[in-house]
Amino acid sequence: MKYNKRLLLKGNEAAVYGALIAGCDCYFGYPITPASEVAQTAAQLFPQLNRTFLQAESEIGAINMVIGGAAAGKRVMTGSSGLGISLKQEGMSYLAAYEMPALIIDVTRGGPGLGNIGPEQADYFQLVKGGGHGSYHCLVFTPNSAQEMCDMSIKAFELAEKYRMPAYVMADGVIGQMMESVLLPEPKEFDYDPEWKMGRYVNGEAQVITSIYMEYNDLEALNNRLQAKYREIEKNEQSYEEYMADDAEVLIVAYGICSRIARGVVDTMRADGVKVGLVRPKMVYPFPVDPLKKHVENGTVKAVMSLEMSAGQMIEDVRLAVECKVPVYLQNRMGGNIPSGAEVVEGVRTILKEIAK
Amino acid sequence: MSMEKVKFGRSKVFFDPFNRRPGPIKKNMHYCPGCGHGILHKLIAEAIEHYGIQQDVAFIAPVGCAVFAYYYFNTGAISVPHGRAPAVGTGVGRANPEKFVISYQGDGDLAAIGFNEFIQAANRGEKMTIFFVNNTNYGMTGGQMAPTTLPGQKTTTTPFGRNPLTEGYPINVSSLINTLTSPVYIERVALTSTARIAAAKKAVYKGIENLRDRKGFSFIEVLAPCPINLRMTTEQLNDFIENKMTEFFPIGCVRDRSAETAVGELPPATIHEPAEVMAKLFPLRQEGGVADDFRNDSEIFNRELRIRMSGFGGQGILSLGHNFANMARLRNFNVSWMPSYGPEQRGGAASCAVILSRGVISNPMVDNNCDLLIALTQMALDKFGHQLSDNGILIYDRSAMSKPEVKGNQKVFGLDALAIANSVGNPKCANSVILGALAVILKKYAPLTEGDAADYDKVYREALTESFGSKPKVLEQNFAAFEAGKAAMAAEL
Ligand SMILES: Cc1ncc(C[n+]2csc(CCOP(=O)(O)OP(=O)(O)O)c2C)c(N)n1
Ligand code: SF4
Repeated sequence: MKYNKRLLLKGNEAAVYGALIAGCDCYFGYPITPASEVAQTAAQLFPQLNRTFLQAESEIGAINMVIGGAAAGKRVMTGSSGLGISLKQEGMSYLAAYEMPALIIDVTRGGPGLGNIGPEQADYFQLVKGGGHGSYHCLVFTPNSAQEMCDMSIKAFELAEKYRMPAYVMADGVIGQMMESVLLPEPKEFDYDPEWKMGRYVNGEAQVITSIYMEYNDLEALNNRLQAKYREIEKNEQSYEEYMADDAEVLIVAYGICSRIARGVVDTMRADGVKVGLVRPKMVYPFPVDPLKKHVENGTVKAVMSLEMSAGQMIEDVRLAVECKVPVYLQNRMGGNIPSGAEVVEGVRTILKEIAK
Repeated sequence: MSMEKVKFGRSKVFFDPFNRRPGPIKKNMHYCPGCGHGILHKLIAEAIEHYGIQQDVAFIAPVGCAVFAYYYFNTGAISVPHGRAPAVGTGVGRANPEKFVISYQGDGDLAAIGFNEFIQAANRGEKMTIFFVNNTNYGMTGGQMAPTTLPGQKTTTTPFGRNPLTEGYPINVSSLINTLTSPVYIERVALTSTARIAAAKKAVYKGIENLRDRKGFSFIEVLAPCPINLRMTTEQLNDFIENKMTEFFPIGCVRDRSAETAVGELPPATIHEPAEVMAKLFPLRQEGGVADDFRNDSEIFNRELRIRMSGFGGQGILSLGHNFANMARLRNFNVSWMPSYGPEQRGGAASCAVILSRGVISNPMVDNNCDLLIALTQMALDKFGHQLSDNGILIYDRSAMSKPEVKGNQKVFGLDALAIANSVGNPKCANSVILGALAVILKKYAPLTEGDAADYDKVYREALTESFGSKPKVLEQNFAAFEAGKAAMAAEL
């Protein structure tokens, strides 16, 4: 092999490599820290493959260009961070209604408001719970390494197309900014010609893409179809990694950079004989309900810690998953602060004391 | 209204009947009698047919009374969010340049909520034709004020008449975009008489011809009647348009560069062939590179190595970390490189953490148990010194501080990195000096096997060549700095 497939890349860069390897044709985006390298890498690489990079006038412009590109039957993507994602929500709702796939990279930062450029995970609600108007979901991948930024961008296109819906890759600022060695997968043969493509003629009639259904029953039927699809996804696509979870008394649930810290904590505490384990969601929509339920039903787990860089957003899904059968504690930092390993160790010890009472 | 005398054959671009329209009526459009949308639809359909582009038209339907344009046009179509048609059209056209993008918008859609999307598309000279229906109000939502509503005009949200002092004056969109360089063709037409419709038809045809010829951005503003919301008879409406509207929106050609604009060409095809994609994205393997299963065999590499490099911005701390991380990557290590982030950077401090491991790197933050600390300033040492493990190695810049105290089995090495770099003629090479010194230190104290010690020099050269292969002078200076760093540290030990 004359090429070097192992590169040292920022997570933000790796996502663009992944998208290109997946056959993405267009990048439309508006700059924002800490996602800027996504746009900058796209500006560098897309034109080299005669593909399109266009800096949009705003995130609203960008997501609507994404709608246009997807409607034209191409793989398309955009990238942004918290406040930009807020602006994209109108378009996300339309994409969900059109049932068209697209990749949206969200490198999350501190909020609310302008917040700061430090890493937070406070976009959880707007990505996982819908975010725009109407009853819909988007697929949400949560990479915890540059390698996964690449791999999940590829996987995101795959699932987005399988289920015809938009997919987010949600990385916190650390995962986006940190450089790691990434083994690039080889591109596959390209054949992409989606059935919904605008302007395809079926029996002499041009296909149309729309989200307006004047008849109430028609709109209800669309909603029922969407919800059936979401139930199928919740059943089939849960994605997670377990680490020393089988006999754990305290189970940490963490994604993104928090899951890396948590893994270190598990190693440290296991060395001291403390039975702590980790369930790491690789996707948060659908949420990995099954493993959490399983461990709680096994009876080993006495308490769960939701480790987040937000004010307690994921914890709602954790509580739903364990059906409140065991206590769920929030361990978090906000404002751009990253929880230290020592803090989390302390948190686990506090939980152990609480449940011993 | 005189327009009713103009007879249209039914264009083949229209469906017949309009089966997409819900309800029993399939012969007529959903527009109110006397509405301008219907006439304009017919002109556009005729022109599409005339220029033979039906199969590849991408019709962007707005939010407004024309939201259902796709009930009628048998062309590719999408109904889009309010005001966003030019952005969606941009996406369609950029993604598939073979498409002929038509954006059809009302005055609320284009000149209020979607003004930015519109003006930016115009400024970029997107290859699209926009039909802009100016009927001085929001038709669909029940006759509210539009940006084009005339001073004094009563609408449902200006019940006492539009007051220009509080609500501004009508926006003259055609004149506004005439200040931009990119648009090819801008014309304002009306539909008030046979003669006006004939002129409108010419403009519509030109807009579609430009589209077929991929000339760029064409814009046709149509002064259109909305009899329902303006509550006027045909005669009153014609009078309103001809005598009141034209005061703010004069009819006629604003710009026409169609003739002198060359026919546009399609861009080159996108590259998707796997071999070609790899050739563009994957770097060539450097001479001397190792196979994917190569492993350095020194004992020390069996565990995770945690390194902190810190100093002042501009000292090349980040590139030092980056080069070292690249060396590790080229020898198949898992490696993470984490630059200082946010407030840590304040006051010019620069720092990064590098971890290499054969296994999974858990926490990429180095906040304790540091194996190697490189500190180029006193501040850096003060901040990170306590993180060094009892068996750790500290390299400090001698010119910046006196010899630091050590604890446990820590080993300390002083170096005049900057002075040595200057001696080879490039202060930016300080990080190569340090990497050279590190070669000597690691060989003796890690310790490295003979093979790995030799490989360190090799992989240093590979990493640098990968980064600076196109700049032989920079490469040479760095190599010299590396050797000088080695020599200086060898003399110390
Ligand atoms: C985001 C959003 N805000 C408001 C509306 C409600 N709305 C629908 S049509 C319209 C105005 C349309 O007026 P215009 O663009 O002038 O078109 P016309 O109906 O006159 O042809 C408005 C405000 C909407 N659909 N979406
Ligand atoms: S409300 Fe006005 S613009 Fe809308 S269809 Fe009726 S006449 Fe036409």
